[in-house]
Amino acid sequence: MSAPPPLRIRGLSVGYPSDHGAIQAVREVDLDVAAGEFLGIVGESGSGKTQLLLAILRLSAPHARLAGSIRYREQELLQLNVRALNQVRGNRISMVFQDPMTALNPYLRIGRQITEVLRVHRNVSGREAERRGIEMLESVHIPEGPRRMRQYPHELSGGMRQRVMIAMALIAEPEILLADEPSTALDVTVQAQILSLFQELRARTGTAIVLVTHDLGVIAEVADRVAVMYAGRIMEQAPIHELFAHPRHPYTEALQQSIPRIDAPRPTHLASIGGAPPNAAALPAGCAFAPRCIYRMPICESIDPPLIEAAPGHWKACHHQGPLGKLRSEAA
Amino acid sequence: MNSALPIRALDSGSAGAGADAADALLTVRQLSVNYRVAYRRGHALLRAVNAVSFDLARGETLGLVGESGSGKSTIARALLRLVPTASGVALFHGTDLLQLSGARLQAMRRHLQLIFQDPLASLDPRMNIGDILGEPLRVFEPRLSRPQRLQRVLDMTRAVGLGSEHLHRFAHEFSGGQAQRIGIARALIIEPELIVCDEPLSALDVSIKSQISNLLKDLQRRLQLSLLFISHDLASVRFSCDRVLVLYLGRVMEIAGCDALFKSCRHPYTRALIRAAPIPDPVAARARRTAPLEGEIPSPLFAPSGCVFRTRCPMAIDRCTREVPLLRLVGDSQVACHRAEEVGE
Amino acid sequence: MSDAHGFWRQALRRLRTQRMAMASGVLLALIMLACLLLPLLSPYDYFTPQFELLSRGPMLAGGHILGTDPLGRDLLVRVMWGCRISLAVGLAASLVSVLIGVAWGATAGYVGGSTDALMMRAVDILYSVPFVPFVIVLMVLFGRDLWLIFLAIGAVSWLDIARIVRGETLSLKQREFIEAARVSGVRGAAMIARHIVPNLIGIVIIYATLAIPTVILFEAFLSFLGLGVQSPLASLGSLVADGTSEMQSHPHLLIVPAVFLALIIYCFNYLGDGLRDALDPRDR
Repeated sequence: MSAPPPLRIRGLSVGYPSDHGAIQAVREVDLDVAAGEFLGIVGESGSGKTQLLLAILRLSAPHARLAGSIRYREQELLQLNVRALNQVRGNRISMVFQDPMTALNPYLRIGRQITEVLRVHRNVSGREAERRGIEMLESVHIPEGPRRMRQYPHELSGGMRQRVMIAMALIAEPEILLADEPSTALDVTVQAQILSLFQELRARTGTAIVLVTHDLGVIAEVADRVAVMYAGRIMEQAPIHELFAHPRHPYTEALQQSIPRIDAPRPTHLASIGGAPPNAAALPAGCAFAPRCIYRMPICESIDPPLIEAAPGHWKACHHQGPLGKLRSEAA
Repeated sequence: MNSALPIRALDSGSAGAGADAADALLTVRQLSVNYRVAYRRGHALLRAVNAVSFDLARGETLGLVGESGSGKSTIARALLRLVPTASGVALFHGTDLLQLSGARLQAMRRHLQLIFQDPLASLDPRMNIGDILGEPLRVFEPRLSRPQRLQRVLDMTRAVGLGSEHLHRFAHEFSGGQAQRIGIARALIIEPELIVCDEPLSALDVSIKSQISNLLKDLQRRLQLSLLFISHDLASVRFSCDRVLVLYLGRVMEIAGCDALFKSCRHPYTRALIRAAPIPDPVAARARRTAPLEGEIPSPLFAPSGCVFRTRCPMAIDRCTREVPLLRLVGDSQVACHRAEEVGE
Repeated sequence: MSDAHGFWRQALRRLRTQRMAMASGVLLALIMLACLLLPLLSPYDYFTPQFELLSRGPMLAGGHILGTDPLGRDLLVRVMWGCRISLAVGLAASLVSVLIGVAWGATAGYVGGSTDALMMRAVDILYSVPFVPFVIVLMVLFGRDLWLIFLAIGAVSWLDIARIVRGETLSLKQREFIEAARVSGVRGAAMIARHIVPNLIGIVIIYATLAIPTVILFEAFLSFLGLGVQSPLASLGSLVADGTSEMQSHPHLLIVPAVFLALIIYCFNYLGDGLRDALDPRDR
């Protein structure tokens, strides 16, 4: 905790007006991204994890209402004009999307797309950009760089395309890489390749990676630190081993227990969370998880618990004080 | 090994593909499915499923595992006669499903049902849930009176954890988990013997997946259903299945009991799949760190000669290029690999 | 279709939230009501000339609110009759084209294969028949008959619907709920009636609503050429055509029918747009 974290998010809210009242996609999120760290954000669909990521680069839909603060070094990203923002986007903070087929332009050659950032931000010559592009392809383990540079996205396999996306995102040597479900659309064996590529690149370049996923298993493989999101809020945030060994939020516990594992004895029954996630346009008063929570107390239905530091580096937003573990004993 | 004569004839060369075929509810032999696809200026033959054989016993859950393009959904659709088959036999109660047509096919349909991957897309957006659930009854049990049919629908709705208040709603008013419950109810309402579940969990959220997994397992036990459980997620296959069949590029790589497979698989591809499956535990996940399998599944239009897996196999030898490995019994597995003895600890 | 009640109720609720579409619907209803009732209530008819009142402007005396035409006939009554004819042509021709088009397109799309190819080639051939000469030939052969106009327009405009419906059916056939119905044992005609057509209704209604103004305009065009309804009966098209010749001296003869024609067409277009949004089952 010596150098200040390059990215500091405070009280970030993202809302969308709709016919059925305002949709609160992200609510009061505080989050730091430290230099070179691998941060995992885990949540189900509608938990606000992707909205949070998009808000960092101000890529939210035009009618979104953003409030709070996102500081990248000395700049307040929520205040920047488009020109200054473009100096950050793709250059200092870049992003990899879930579906590379829709994120890549089908009519442009790979080479042109990979080197675009360099040509826009760095004023690099064509030959130099080409050289860096091939180098970048090599570093994401795509062989035959010069040939690949001239190909179109549809000529590559799914895994290759995602590698191209990663090469694109890293070519300007950004300080932070945001990745939205980068391996979800891929087969298991290819997912493993991409995850190990992320780790390798982080170790080599020192780029901090923020990986958003619905899969706790993916987080467990790669992340240093985890934030668990539910209904737009961060419910728990802790170093990886701490979170898995001592979850302090009932939602985290439930998620962890409900996933079948290939390396543990086969249970006859999976622990499960009753009900379904709430509608973001009609959140319950108090804690959003309360209606599904087995530790629910009267206070949970009226007061939304703040995110507090329960142990050094371990934050949770829950009124429950004692130990968890009820789920495990119930399932047994 | 197999008592029924025609089956033995079909097993020529390869070992029997599972439990004793005499007890089997479904016996599939040498099933092949081809698609004609546009390629360059003409057509090409895409071998989606290539000589697949397996048995499914009564009350058993068999997992079909593989990556995209492995042919697992095609097998399901071929058995349900939703896509035409090129060759093979699928004996169900002694009748070949693949030869049926007209009224006999229609009569057989009630014993075979399908649960879909995308629950919302599988419900007609213009019909309410009561009508969707009543439809199979209308077709297969036309003698039921309206109140009788309604009662059956209501009973089934309750069995999957929904209530009568849901019957008048439309598909888009449901969450993914609820829609999948409806999908399950529709498949079960005419009391079929065999249910094919095509990735029934993969479109669902994490917290809903376990609810549906448990529901399927409970129903399977209570109703003694035979399930063909298609999935790419090894962990949920392990939770739900008794036996597992691993597919790659339309061919069977390995068939084994679930526990045996996860303890000591015999095929390098199975081993790679197990090693690639994420474990939701950082200690265990990081302890087993091994180099992931390289490359990706090739296009079935250009399947490699010999063993289809050899292009990605870390153990491939010269023989794998020349000779298609036949399914044979090694340890507790039926496995199609020339070097199966060397895999597995 | 007992199972679709809830769906239609919801569509109606969504339609009510759309102001322009609702206003158009109400205005259309008023015009229809007026063109049914006014000719009955008015002391004048559309065919008896009054030679003492030729081409008068709007006046209250004598009850000729919108004035009279060059033969002294009450313009309001004639315009209302024009609306009757134009609306009748529009609705009847659209209905004919929807019925033929849906049946043809859904069958071709669902059955597929060579049946599909054959049925759609027939459509292509009919497409290539030049329409105006075709209508002229019909008129010459069978005389100018209102029913013939209905039929001629309907018989040609179903081609578009058949193509749209076939395309939509092809994409519906790929949808999982159709596969689910097949697994549930639904076959052939029952599949088309229970699953295909109900899911086409949205697009068909939208298309029909948007086809009505096209048909009305087309009838107006035929009338303008003198191929439409036979005088003394009038359609909005023939009234506009008559009005243009008096445009300089008596502009009201052109303005009044033109305004009604424009109103009707605008209303159908807005209603069609509103229905498109209302019939989309996904709540946005």
